Amino acid sequence: MNIIVIVKHVPDLVEELEIAEDGKDLNRDFLKFVVNEFDDQALEQALLLKEKGGGTITAVALDAPEIDQTLFTCLAKGADKAVKIVGDLEGRVTSHAAAHMLADALKAMSHDLILTGVQSAEDLDGQVGPLLATYLGEPHVSVVTGVEARGQMVVVRQEYAGGVTGEFEVDLPAVLGIQAAPQPPRYAPISRVRATMKEKKLVEIQAAAADGAGLNVRQMVRPQVASHAEMIEGNTDTVVERIVGIMAERGLMNG
Amino acid sequence: MGNVLVVVEQLNGKTGEITFEMLGKGRELASALGGELHALVIGGQADELGIADKVWVMGDGALAHYTSANHKAALVAAISAISPRVTLIGNTSIGMDLAAGASAATGIPLIAYCNALRVEGGQVVGTSQIYGGKVLAEVAPEDGACIVSVLAGAFPASAGRSDKTPVLETLAPPALDNRVRFVRLIEPEAADVDITKAAVVVSVGRGIQSADNIELADGLADALGGVVGASRPVTDAGWLPKSRQVGKSGLRVKPKLYLALGISGAPEHLEGMKDSGLIIAINQDASAPIFDVAHYGVVGDLFEIVPALTEKIKG
Repeated sequence: MNIIVIVKHVPDLVEELEIAEDGKDLNRDFLKFVVNEFDDQALEQALLLKEKGGGTITAVALDAPEIDQTLFTCLAKGADKAVKIVGDLEGRVTSHAAAHMLADALKAMSHDLILTGVQSAEDLDGQVGPLLATYLGEPHVSVVTGVEARGQMVVVRQEYAGGVTGEFEVDLPAVLGIQAAPQPPRYAPISRVRATMKEKKLVEIQAAAADGAGLNVRQMVRPQVASHAEMIEGNTDTVVERIVGIMAERGLMNG
Repeated sequence: MGNVLVVVEQLNGKTGEITFEMLGKGRELASALGGELHALVIGGQADELGIADKVWVMGDGALAHYTSANHKAALVAAISAISPRVTLIGNTSIGMDLAAGASAATGIPLIAYCNALRVEGGQVVGTSQIYGGKVLAEVAPEDGACIVSVLAGAFPASAGRSDKTPVLETLAPPALDNRVRFVRLIEPEAADVDITKAAVVVSVGRGIQSADNIELADGLADALGGVVGASRPVTDAGWLPKSRQVGKSGLRVKPKLYLALGISGAPEHLEGMKDSGLIIAINQDASAPIFDVAHYGVVGDLFEIVPALTEKIKG
């Protein structure tokens, strides 16, 4: 099976996020980026499928700061080929535009399955998976937590609330939005990533022109929280004393 | 025309709470836009939808089992037939299949992860919750119509219920797209512990760092007569079974005490625990969203605080 895995970078949410002066995007000058955690799950799912049934994996990403490192990491983990789509890609690229550019590039790449993360932290105009599938005319399933190859189709599990799961047969080619692979994403040591950088090259493809999402972003703000926790400060003893006091007041200490 | 269409979500024959949350908000939007409130049922039943002015019922047995391909085709056909100004879809697993797909197929823009909606000067303005809940983006469609995927819990469900009888109208289903075929629904396996019934839940997140460290939470939960819960990364990593997961794709809990250890508080997690009686959070990141729903918070090292807390409680 020939699998394409789409990866993207998102701002590291552990870091402080600052809104740009015009109020319409994040201030991207000092942002730290990390690979979208769900894309990492998608790659892991692809690697498991390849290990079981053979085939190839191609990692595809739109150009972004430090994306080369991430694409080489995909290669170091076991992807066969890595493709970078380059072009006018400054700032936040909408999901609609990203999906258009990906669809244009992927049309020319033969594939059975396209896997991507179920969502990312910045897709305010929707998730890339279903957009891309629709532009390509392929079926799509999101929130997928298991994929099994079975001839010219895959059997997938889609997760609902409360631990209920749906099972579906999906004809190929298809696009799947991966929530979680059956096992945690593997780790590629930096030495192996460096070695891969010397051995392999990224394939570059020019991005097609793409329309936006049809939305005007009026402003971005930090949420005004109605309430905030009362913060307990001090050393461990003070903190523990206070927590026990709060629980005791509410009769929560009787086991 | 300023009609609002709510896509009814039914799984296993039950109408999801999100549907009533959207219907309540939809009623308000329809009044502000001078239009009607419509509901769309794909392959299901039209009970309980009395708040709507009209309920469109599409399809029969062939659409009874949800599949992404068939239901997307049905939704796209319904939007073309009804031409609503605003289409509301829940940001659930099913909504994730349908909303963006319908946007791509119809060319109507999508406001995703929406937790606030209003009409301003005749225009719909939505707020999208992005970057793990750390940023709110206020957006409006460039032209008239929009599709909105609505976060669970954003609007009160009580406003979406009524005893009235709506007008029913059938809508012809489109050609079936059988490239995705329903096989079965799998109910969760019986769990060793039912975290929804516990008075005290000690929940661990990514900050617990490894499977070995779960015993810290076990110790504290034992001392408090409670159970151990988890956020998604912990169950995905296999450190705790799925039956312990709190949140959108796990279970909703409402214990007397919820202790959040090393949980940053992604919106999907908060959805499952924010109504707990008393929430105490310990996290190293002072800006973690968990502190916005917690009653008490500690910025600190859980590996120091939790053992000391357990000792103190044991006396």
